[in-house]
Amino acid sequence: MSEPLAPQHGPQPDEIAQEPPATPAARLARWQDAGGVLVPVATGIFAFLIGGVVIAATGHNPIQAYWDIIKGAGFNWLAHPWNTDVATTAAYNFSQTLLQTTSLILCGLAVAFAFRCGLFNIGGNGQYLVGLICANWIGVSFVNMARPAHILLGIAVAAAAGAAWAAIAGFLKATVGAHEVSTTIMLNWIAYWIGNYVFLQGGPLQAPKNVPLDVPISADVVPGAQLPVFWGIPALQGLHIGFFIAIGALVVFWIVLNRTTLGYEVRAVGYNPDAAAYGGIKVRTNYIRAMAISGAFAGLAGGIDMLGYLHHFGTIDVQATSIGFLGIAVALLGRNTALGTGIAALLFGGLVYGTTHGLQSGVIDPSLAGHLTEIIQGLVVLFVGADVLILAVWNSRRKLRRQGRVAESGQPKPETAS
Amino acid sequence: MSTYAGTLSRSRLSDPKTVGVVGIALGVLAFVLAIPPVTLRSAVWPVVIGFVALVFGIVAISRGATRVGGGAIAAGIAGTALALLAIQSSVSNLDQVVDASLIAQMLVFATPLTFAAVGGMFSERSGVVNIGLEGMMLMGAFWGIWGADKTGNWFLGVLIAMLAGGLLALVHAFFAIHLRADQIVGGTAVNFLALGITGYFFVQLYHGGNIPTGVSQIPSLHLTSASSSTFFGDSFGNLNYMIWAAILLVPLSYVVMFKTPLGLRIRACGEHPRAADTVGINVYVVRYASVVLSGVLAAMGGAYLTVGYLNTFNENVTAGRGFIALAALIFGNWRPFGAFGAALLFGLSTAVALRLHVYSDLASTLFQALPYVLTLIAVAGVIGRTIPPAAVGRPYKKQ
Repeated sequence: MSEPLAPQHGPQPDEIAQEPPATPAARLARWQDAGGVLVPVATGIFAFLIGGVVIAATGHNPIQAYWDIIKGAGFNWLAHPWNTDVATTAAYNFSQTLLQTTSLILCGLAVAFAFRCGLFNIGGNGQYLVGLICANWIGVSFVNMARPAHILLGIAVAAAAGAAWAAIAGFLKATVGAHEVSTTIMLNWIAYWIGNYVFLQGGPLQAPKNVPLDVPISADVVPGAQLPVFWGIPALQGLHIGFFIAIGALVVFWIVLNRTTLGYEVRAVGYNPDAAAYGGIKVRTNYIRAMAISGAFAGLAGGIDMLGYLHHFGTIDVQATSIGFLGIAVALLGRNTALGTGIAALLFGGLVYGTTHGLQSGVIDPSLAGHLTEIIQGLVVLFVGADVLILAVWNSRRKLRRQGRVAESGQPKPETAS
Repeated sequence: MSTYAGTLSRSRLSDPKTVGVVGIALGVLAFVLAIPPVTLRSAVWPVVIGFVALVFGIVAISRGATRVGGGAIAAGIAGTALALLAIQSSVSNLDQVVDASLIAQMLVFATPLTFAAVGGMFSERSGVVNIGLEGMMLMGAFWGIWGADKTGNWFLGVLIAMLAGGLLALVHAFFAIHLRADQIVGGTAVNFLALGITGYFFVQLYHGGNIPTGVSQIPSLHLTSASSSTFFGDSFGNLNYMIWAAILLVPLSYVVMFKTPLGLRIRACGEHPRAADTVGINVYVVRYASVVLSGVLAAMGGAYLTVGYLNTFNENVTAGRGFIALAALIFGNWRPFGAFGAALLFGLSTAVALRLHVYSDLASTLFQALPYVLTLIAVAGVIGRTIPPAAVGRPYKKQ
């Protein structure tokens, strides 16, 4: 895999206008110019329609199945939100959906931030795992620490670990030009095997009390390091304050990108690294910095999940972890913006919970519906990235508006608000 | 004449690169002496040979061959250290880790990687990044065994697998080429799709249970009788047809890619599509064909996994092998023999990792990260420079 980002050989000026955008962020600028919120919404609906066709083709009633999934996600709770009693199914399911949303927001931001710098961080899963492992280590050790300090330490170490893990890819990109997709894929698998190692029988984080039982699972995070639960019962995976951390991260993401010098540099590098370098911005530093910040989001997700509701982890859980990859779909559907990522995370959070644990359906089996999530996820990612489809939507919308402006269709604007 | 030949050979022997390569070989030798079948139990020879390798490395560096010299020094140190470790260990344990069937097992693990890596080479050489290899492999794995189960014929099963992989690759190709989607995003999407489709239909068609036993399996080629036990027989005597197919695929794809006009066209599309278009090559057709071929080959690797080796299927059975194949492709510098060599290395590391259970489960688990660490080091440019095709990842728009 190469360097699809910067045009290195200096194409002729007329050629530039003809060529498709070379950098991910230039693509993003076009995506945002073209269609705005319409494209992601259309994409989502289209993906769900195809999912419905699959359900119907395999002999299930798609409308009933989707209704069951919506109920499984607890979205029907929104019809009567004054009832916060988690003993009722809808409220409980919705609290669980928000639990998934929390980690998905952060994993989505991990992809989105790097994307804005022109980097495709496919390593969110590895960064998440590294953060989670470190949070488990902190949460199990330092038993006598004060609760706020312990929690802060666990979260900070998790974010730092994720940042360091991702910074490896950023560093390799900056120094030897290794493509971040290759390196983050490798880092994902290294993290995967480290996770398998630390929780395995005799591994550094496997719980000593499990030894006679011989199960590859860690010890529980001590109560003093667990995040306070504000909705629901802690023993039943109540919604913890990590939810507000994720919302806060969305705000931080928006402020950093749009209201700070750092964010300006990141976006400038993402849009055109050559021009940014010409303008005096240190491109290499920004690659490392953007990857580190991305990794910090993913590591934070791992840390919050560990201290918030997982409390322990095993090798089987490591093997089943794919939330970092779901973050790709969240970020892309959310167009790598703060608000979009938040909404997309809620949608996918509902989908994840509503097709698995929350689903009680006579129409579609949870084991079947869980795979439906993967299909819809794939379709969403497939469609949101297709330039030509987006341009088609854009052009048709422009015709509807009957605006006189006939701009060159391939030309994205350099500065776009998010 | 004779003096000319003499100077030539002398100059070759004193070439710093040769010195470095010999140093690397000596470092490897230091370790090989300590493991079966030689199983030297004295530390003297490995240490001496490892030291010589070190000296060769220093000589190579001092004469300018920094990279190879560094490799020789690393090989000398690592070879000696590993040899000393092996000498510490008991002979019976060593015999369990290193025996003739290790080569057979290496080939078993390398085969799916080879198919997918060579497939990926075609796609990426034509200018389309294919990180969807994993998904295409998974499609082949599921639909291959489904086909073998329903038709009762392993050959038809493999054909169905190839069709399924090719179809998924066609989706990737359509989005990458005609819709000019970001190829990495598209490849990621293809992986999700394959995971969802195979998982969904596995539950739907087999009711979440297991593939019935006794599904038609790809047979093995028996070169030696089962009773005789020779090194050659244990290694190569009883290999699956698909393993031989993978071994044949490598020179074949080399010839196609580097010795035929077709290969030249594929490479032209990957290096400079505008130039290729100018001389009358249909870039779209070449890219479509290459991407679909990559899906077909990756699916063959997946089909080998289920129909040839495991004879069953479970969700996400490929478990990242498509990504190791991608690593092998990068490691092998987008060349068939390079990719095959890397696939063999990764296959060997998997085979050794499984055997390391005799020492410790922990060591065995951690060892499985090795291919990825090696690739990371390779991508970082420590072992030579990996040079991808110039136009890979860029959509091409006809003028």
